[in-house]
Amino acid sequence: MEINDKLIKKLAYLAKLEFDDEAKEAIKKDLEQMIGFVEKINELDTENVEPLIHMSEEVNRFRKDKVEKLIEVEDALKNAPLKNEEYILVPKVIRK
Amino acid sequence: MKKYTKLTEVQADLKANLLTCQALVKAYLSNIEAKKSLNAFLEVYEEEALEKARLLDEKIQKGENLGRLGGLIIGIKDVLCHKDHKVGAASNMLEGFESLFSATVIEKLLKEDAIIIGRLNCDEFAMGSTNEYSSKGPVLNAYDETKVSGGSSGGSAVAVQADLCLAALGSDTGGSVRQPASFCDVVGFKPTYGRISRHGLIAYASSFDQIGILAHSVEDTALILEVIAGGDNFDSTTSCVDVPAFTEKLQKDEKPIYKFAYFKEALENEGLDSEIRSKIEERLKGLALAGHEVEAVDFPIMEYMVPAYYVMTCAEASSNLSRYDGIHYAYRHQEAKDLQNVYTQTRTNGFGKEVKRRIMLGTFVLSAGFYDAYYTKAQKVRRLVSDETQKLLEKYDFIVSPTTPTTAIGLGELINQDPVTMYLADIYTVQANLVGMPAMSLPLFQHSNGMPFGLQLLANKFEEEKLLRVGLELMK
Repeated sequence: MEINDKLIKKLAYLAKLEFDDEAKEAIKKDLEQMIGFVEKINELDTENVEPLIHMSEEVNRFRKDKVEKLIEVEDALKNAPLKNEEYILVPKVIRK
Repeated sequence: MKKYTKLTEVQADLKANLLTCQALVKAYLSNIEAKKSLNAFLEVYEEEALEKARLLDEKIQKGENLGRLGGLIIGIKDVLCHKDHKVGAASNMLEGFESLFSATVIEKLLKEDAIIIGRLNCDEFAMGSTNEYSSKGPVLNAYDETKVSGGSSGGSAVAVQADLCLAALGSDTGGSVRQPASFCDVVGFKPTYGRISRHGLIAYASSFDQIGILAHSVEDTALILEVIAGGDNFDSTTSCVDVPAFTEKLQKDEKPIYKFAYFKEALENEGLDSEIRSKIEERLKGLALAGHEVEAVDFPIMEYMVPAYYVMTCAEASSNLSRYDGIHYAYRHQEAKDLQNVYTQTRTNGFGKEVKRRIMLGTFVLSAGFYDAYYTKAQKVRRLVSDETQKLLEKYDFIVSPTTPTTAIGLGELINQDPVTMYLADIYTVQANLVGMPAMSLPLFQHSNGMPFGLQLLANKFEEEKLLRVGLELMK
């Protein structure tokens, strides 16, 4: 699989990451190796094999859907980098 | 103070008035101070631990009984939430973050009177095998400070190794408890997937992650497991299978004859140190001489386990770590002007190199056009590995192997190489996480290079009791 600049740009966009020129060359090389390495699984015949998706063998256990107050607004805001008394603040999204 | 290696010794001395909890905490605090250069602790809860010790001493004086973990001084990997305490996954992304609640395991430890002495260094978001990917610097191996601790629970392993606490909690996604345990001469235990609630564990790869235990003895491992295991309303993947009274059950002096299987491919692996191989082989002969059955089996799927593991864990990581967006969790890049920039700049500056690599691989295998060829394919391989392993464990009690292909390597040796070289060192440990089974590393060997290494045993799901029992036997 060829790892080119276009693919790196697309993946970085999806992952919300940025790579400057130097970092881009490094991640390109790393991904090439990593993808080359994991492609080994293609050697295995998995015809008629069901993917294993859930590790837990538990069945659903239902509980009453009752309201519980676990945290206060003040606590919920505690770790936000930018906030006022009630809300987390972000840069303006809608412009006039 | 004498060096304690078992909680029962601590509890006996407390009972006989030869020791107080306060003296015990002070002794560990002075060890921590003296061994600061190891970089095992990210934060030490000095006052809080002393205060808790004082309260416990008062209880003892009044003739009250302590909880089952009374006298246990324990350290916690920096991926477990602890109410009103910092937790950071050793990442700049969570710098300054304080948890609003405690992980279920923390609640359970505290309820039984354990004293939490601090939080422990690890690889960033538990991604790494040497602890060199911590944003707070590497943890050094206490046996040789030019060597790594292993990872990702490196701080947890070294804290126990260097007598900075009696036991520690770590997390194990592909060997992150067992591998550093092997490098640091301690017991490392990863339970069955679902045995312990993951509520309050910072997620790396949710279908692989399990909280694990690092201790000097199998006995302490058993007791801590018994306390922290069990169903939890906050984590629906936690099993409701009864948690046996491990400690009580292990008291019974049984000497079962076991059937051990080992993989030919595991011992013939090119990357395996020849002395580790010969010492393991010698031990296997010893087991056979002691009356156990030991058989070599073929496991050709072995070489596909690490590639499949990295496809799935990176996929899950890329999804789990999307929550770190600069909005909710403590760190936001200051210069970002618009919302897209807040996300991108925060993530670009907040995450370290290895985390970004794994997010990128995970994003790739989940992206349109590649999903079936990589992600679904890996899930099918997971099914095959699971079925094959299950089949073997119908015939054998344990699968036995080295925990690691080498002893602790030198600082800087691995991180300057390509990432795949590091991933290949997980060859023996990833199976347990791929199939959700319990596994344990026992500190049984010393290499002629002066460093320790472990023996790994893997058992069927929910067979922790059997695993602990054989561990007890082998440690004798």
